Amino acid sequence: MAVTTSGRPERAALDLKNRLKPGDWTFIGVSAGSALVVILLIIGLFYELANQAWASIQQTGIGFLYGTTWDPAHAVFGAWPFILGTLLTSVFALIFATAIAVLVALFLVEVSPAWLSRPVSYLVELLAAIPSVVYGFWGIFVMGVFIRDHLGPVIVKTLGWIPFFNGTPLITGLFSGCAILTIMILPTVMAVSRDVISAVPRSQREGILALGATRWEMIRLAVLPYARAGVLGAAILGLARAVGETLAVTLVIGNSVNIPHDIFAPAYTMASLIANQFPEATGLQQSALIEIALVLLVITFAINAVARLLVWRVTKGQRVVVQE
Amino acid sequence: MTTFDRSAIQVRSDRLYRRRKLLNHAVTGLMLLAVACAVVPLFLILFYVLKDGLPGLSVHFFTQNPVAPGTPGGGVHNAIVGSAIMVGLAVLIGVPVAIGTGVFLSEYGQNRFGSTVRFVIEVMAGIPSITVGLFVYSLIVVRQHHFSGFAGAVALAIILIPIVARITEEMLLLVPRSLREASYALGAPRWKTVLSIVFPTALPGIITGIMLGLSRIAGEAAPLLFTSLGNEFYTTNITSAMDSLPTRIYSYATGPYDNWHKQAWAMSLLLVAIILVISLAVRALFGSRVTVRQ
Repeated sequence: MAVTTSGRPERAALDLKNRLKPGDWTFIGVSAGSALVVILLIIGLFYELANQAWASIQQTGIGFLYGTTWDPAHAVFGAWPFILGTLLTSVFALIFATAIAVLVALFLVEVSPAWLSRPVSYLVELLAAIPSVVYGFWGIFVMGVFIRDHLGPVIVKTLGWIPFFNGTPLITGLFSGCAILTIMILPTVMAVSRDVISAVPRSQREGILALGATRWEMIRLAVLPYARAGVLGAAILGLARAVGETLAVTLVIGNSVNIPHDIFAPAYTMASLIANQFPEATGLQQSALIEIALVLLVITFAINAVARLLVWRVTKGQRVVVQE
Repeated sequence: MTTFDRSAIQVRSDRLYRRRKLLNHAVTGLMLLAVACAVVPLFLILFYVLKDGLPGLSVHFFTQNPVAPGTPGGGVHNAIVGSAIMVGLAVLIGVPVAIGTGVFLSEYGQNRFGSTVRFVIEVMAGIPSITVGLFVYSLIVVRQHHFSGFAGAVALAIILIPIVARITEEMLLLVPRSLREASYALGAPRWKTVLSIVFPTALPGIITGIMLGLSRIAGEAAPLLFTSLGNEFYTTNITSAMDSLPTRIYSYATGPYDNWHKQAWAMSLLLVAIILVISLAVRALFGSRVTVRQ
């Protein structure tokens, strides 16, 4: 980004050297220092958590990840029920949120007139602005009651023959956790899907329309194949959000250290277990909870990295300003 | 080919055409249903927060501190003040680092170190806020042996940094190159050009970014649970445990008292109102591409 572009490279280097005043060096130092702080923060994050979790890692070994019993009183720590809880809620939320979000994104880009798509888009994105704890509180007093009295019984009646789908609907439980997560990650998946779908070249659409395709055929044959990688990235970004979501889930998931046996049973996710048990935890239990946080951190780090790469690959060359 | 055959083909292609049209309409219908699924929860949340929150917004809600459970009255003055202090402090701590990083990325970020920093910021934005809380817990609370508002502010600052750094870089890159060149042509060195020409031009956008980050951390409870903890009493001392709106909503939501629930709705209304006002203002000033995310 040298500003002077003289013909020969050695000349440019000379110019650069002469041009850099003491003020420039200070400026570079301060701004690079800030960037270094950011790098140190992320290293420190991993280091501190690994350090605090070390006692538990030594004590429980790899069995920590697949042990099914969590009994702090007897110093037995197995994280599988919470890993499973996180997996079940996030994947459920991912499937439903992606289905809804992609349909909304297609509506906004392909169907709706401009005057309608702006406000609708904005409304859906507003969902992302509501604090997690407000979701949780609303989830207990409004959504949970609706699930117990109306939605739950219908699900048991129609899908109860499938194992895992029977049970007694309660205000809090696995299903409530899934539902609240679906709502919460919807705006993330929608916003990114909308961007990658509108990045599909116009000629792609016009070509297939000229062959006589209907709008749906155009979407299925020309738009979706083109946007597939980006939509996948959007879904994975949503997944990362669902995996790390804490308080909303803590409030509605029912909090039980046992493996859930049906979809309405109380459960725990990794994040909600930490939020709930950490304040009273001491010694090895505290270390075990931090180990769970470390596992969570590694998982979300990996998921985010993959999602970023996918989204970058698709929207490359486009300036996507401040989008999750 | 006989006429009979032709009409049979005709019938068949008519049927196919009708089926294609029907499928097209069905998918459009599905899309509308999906839009309803996405928008209805928002309205339900806003509706209930307004309906159950408005009655709780009395004068003593703002001016009094929490009272013993079961006693009528009381307010959340300490939580409002605590939230304001910690969010303000987080902005003071986080914004300089974030702006420095953003400036670095836009000015000197076209190399391997720059790409690494950019990647770290992207990933940092997606880290669960509860792990940030635990990090600050072991970094500050464990070493100082007590919870503090300062630790809470640091945790919030860590969440703020990637948001503001990203927006700062974007905004600086949007500044037209001609402005920069005019400054160089007058003989200004690079640091002077950036500080007195590029940065001021991008400032409205950067302030917008800070406002967005601010409204995001104002609603965060998870990083505060193990750092500032919460406090029944009013305090402005950042070295002691401090109350905040999100953590108080959390503790009131799980409690059994009607008065607590009423105040939790009112606090939710207050938080959502602040965040939506910021979001709408930013939208009005800045157009459609910038949004708040929790």
